[in-house]
Amino acid sequence: MRNEPQITPELVAEHGLKPDEYQRILDLIGREPTLTELGIFSAMWNEHCSYKSSKVHLRGLPTEAPWVIQGPGENAGVIDIGDGLAVVFKMESHNHPSYIEPYQGAATGVGGILRDVFTMGARPIACLNALSFGDPGHPKTRHLVSGVVAGIGGYGNSFGVPTVGGQVRFHTRYDGNNLVNAMAVGLARSDAIFYAAASGVNMPIVYLGSKTGRDGIHGASMASAEFGEDSEEKRPTVQVGDPFAEKLLLEACLEIMRQDCVIAIQDMGAAGLTCSAVEMGAKGDLGVTLELDRVPTRETGMSAYEMMLSESQERMLMVLKPEKEKEAEGIFRKWGLDFAIVGHTTPTKRFLIKHGGDVMADLPIKELGDEAPVYHRPFVESPKLPQIRAGEVKAPLPLAAALEKLIGTPDLCSRRWVWEQYDHIIGGNTVQRPGGDAAVVRVEDGPKGLAMTCDVTPRYCEADPFEGGKQAVAEAYRNLCAVGARPLAVTDNLNFGNPEKPDIMGQFVGCVRGIAQACKALDFPVVSGNVSLYNETNGRAILPTPTIGGVGLLDDFAKSATLALKNDGDVILLVGETAGWLGQSLYLRDICGREEGAPPPVDLAAERRHGEVVRELIATRQVNAVHDVSDGGLLVALAEMAMASKLGARLDAESGAVPAHAFWFGEDQARYVVTVAPAQADALASFLAVRGIAVRRLGTVGGTALAIAGENPLPVATLQAAFEGWFPAYMAGG
Amino acid sequence: MNSAVLVFPGINRERDMARTLKIVSGNETAMVWHAERALPAGTDLVVIPGGFSYGDYLRCGAIAARSPVMDAVRAHAARGGLVLGVCNGFQILCESGLLPGVLMRNQQLKFICRDVYLKVERSDTPFTRGYNAGQVIRVPVAHGEGNYVADGETIARLEGEGRVLFRYSSPDGIIDPDWNHNGAINAIAGIVNAGGNVLGMMPHPENHVESIMGCTDGRGLFAGLVQHFEKAA
Repeated sequence: MRNEPQITPELVAEHGLKPDEYQRILDLIGREPTLTELGIFSAMWNEHCSYKSSKVHLRGLPTEAPWVIQGPGENAGVIDIGDGLAVVFKMESHNHPSYIEPYQGAATGVGGILRDVFTMGARPIACLNALSFGDPGHPKTRHLVSGVVAGIGGYGNSFGVPTVGGQVRFHTRYDGNNLVNAMAVGLARSDAIFYAAASGVNMPIVYLGSKTGRDGIHGASMASAEFGEDSEEKRPTVQVGDPFAEKLLLEACLEIMRQDCVIAIQDMGAAGLTCSAVEMGAKGDLGVTLELDRVPTRETGMSAYEMMLSESQERMLMVLKPEKEKEAEGIFRKWGLDFAIVGHTTPTKRFLIKHGGDVMADLPIKELGDEAPVYHRPFVESPKLPQIRAGEVKAPLPLAAALEKLIGTPDLCSRRWVWEQYDHIIGGNTVQRPGGDAAVVRVEDGPKGLAMTCDVTPRYCEADPFEGGKQAVAEAYRNLCAVGARPLAVTDNLNFGNPEKPDIMGQFVGCVRGIAQACKALDFPVVSGNVSLYNETNGRAILPTPTIGGVGLLDDFAKSATLALKNDGDVILLVGETAGWLGQSLYLRDICGREEGAPPPVDLAAERRHGEVVRELIATRQVNAVHDVSDGGLLVALAEMAMASKLGARLDAESGAVPAHAFWFGEDQARYVVTVAPAQADALASFLAVRGIAVRRLGTVGGTALAIAGENPLPVATLQAAFEGWFPAYMAGG
Repeated sequence: MNSAVLVFPGINRERDMARTLKIVSGNETAMVWHAERALPAGTDLVVIPGGFSYGDYLRCGAIAARSPVMDAVRAHAARGGLVLGVCNGFQILCESGLLPGVLMRNQQLKFICRDVYLKVERSDTPFTRGYNAGQVIRVPVAHGEGNYVADGETIARLEGEGRVLFRYSSPDGIIDPDWNHNGAINAIAGIVNAGGNVLGMMPHPENHVESIMGCTDGRGLFAGLVQHFEKAA
């Protein structure tokens, strides 16, 4: 093997490998690694690729159901939706790159997740994203919002996928460490799903797509370390996206898949050529030999080390059926993409890298993945916080004034400024656009529809990781039910701080346990996901943010429910119990200035019961409008329903034993607001009561204001101005 | 009506357009690859759909305008054949010299996707016969570079010859800067060439044709074209 620089302890540390991890490498290969080999190990064994801190806990997540075709472990999860169709979806973070270089970081996050989906043979039909930014007053926040949103739009719009939903939040704990979680959903024939496992010895391994450059080297390792003051210096590790190349790659890949040319396919994402080649070989119990002199490069003089670690975008690795080589090459040439046979499969189970006549690496392929360290990191459970008693919280403002203030806060105001920069209608299938509980996208020419949503409430997760984890799943479930969709499966994107700190690890373990319990109780398995740790800057961690991306199915998309109030005179009903839970509520935080207490508990049996009945009411067209109650509580939900329609409502419900502000702003879970024609209201209320489901009448639809009994009516137009005002004004400032 | 939809690398609304043409005309549409040198025999209508041809990394539409197939499109237009360019298609028509002017970046320098209102200026063209003059329709836009700009002389000629077919307006048909999301001169959303047979427009009528999807205001454009060819036949 060719001599490369001597491996020193400093070099090992620079590669993010701990001394004991390096010792493990020495034991495994029985000699000192070459520099290329050290790079390969660092790429395979970093947190991002190996899940070494999270693996033991992720095993507790439910991943199976009769409709699950493929659970975690492939490029994306796959579920069966009938009619010979499958939905392929996944969410992935691009947090660290998006902080260093917001436009390109976010753009390549979208590109990466799209590739994960079309690698499996699916045409992407929708994207969503969950974004967490620092305090709006932090000097970098505006620049980050602007760049991230433009980057997501710039990539998705050009690629040609509608971006239909998501979340945006602000909190000071994301100062210096914003989160960009991108989700893609695709549609495939259920008998034509493509996987990464290679099969057959001496099969050609083909490199497809864009050329390899020096960008993104060590991207995955960067994503596995904390940030400090020098984080901006890591800019060269961020890749540059080319959505045009990705669009060509999509069309070319789908075309050669239709022509039955492909044995196995893997996109080059994190750790590029290294990770994709190792996975193809290891999953197929085969060795892989790569001839790097044949790799298309855009720069001269690239070393083996650089080629193996480059994270240049829009690239794929494929094992082709040898007899189809010419046909496949013709298709790629037609689309103007690079096509090169760069290696072959071998029976040896060795990962052999040749460059310039030298062997640059010769490693056991199975062990590269399987023998990565697995850590049972010590953890401490987060201390339980006291329950805030509603009676002890003084209401500083009348209800209507509090609502007007809340609806214009950064966390509750309209996200129109964001989603108008995303093409959310391309494809001609967007039934419900951004702004509702869940997006609804028609499946081909219908009648089926898919509902999708991204949810998590990080302040709940911080206050009680277990309940917060449950709540993230429950809210995704609720949002899908609220449009009438049957929740099928989730993808999880687990964003946390440094797992080497026992309290952070405790947050992770608690959230994952909560997610597992909720997914089990709701028959809502996890089919794909991603873990992003070390989200810390100067030792301060983000709020624990396990984003849940949920997908549900409507048998008839035309029957999906929306939140807009429909008819003057309709009766407004609340489904679910209201205890007036103010702990960790937005009312307590943004009106009373107190971010404290235990978050609302989640009764999973009630979530399921209420979700099922709401779906039934929607399918049988018994309700005219439906909205789930979440952030901000009941009055905020009602305001959103009013603003979506311009109709007002008279609200005359008595809060009873619960203080009025806790009744209207408490964030009790498992609740929905529905409206019903007056003639059917009593029948509906008794139908629910017979099933043991709490229901109460809140008032009636009508007028142009929200008129809360005993308060000055609040015109919907005034609410609208507050709701739509904050985001554009903030972004225009500075 | 026999239609042909051009496909350049990076075009991405070709499937939306083909579906709409099928829904409204009942006929399958020919998808024509940019490297072709001829249009399918008997093509009545050529459509250049939306997208980001060649990534729009140069001026948008500039590379596509120089594709082999565009010579065939120029010949088709010279014979009086109808050509419709939507969004990137409008940009390509401007770059290819079939329409005057240029589409600049939106005034606010951001990509914008939303429903807008268009005032239909004339109903006596093949493209607008499905509407009444003065009618206001709601159709979506999705573009970053839709701000129509041309020199004063060109604008005066376009206006004088009644070649502006669509203008951004309020829901009541008032031309108002608040309802002109991209800042186009005279709120111009769509224009025709001097022969009246080549239309370029930024909004996407093809995305508003199915009642089950919520709005059918875009349907009139395609239904009018179908009628035009039925009458001709």
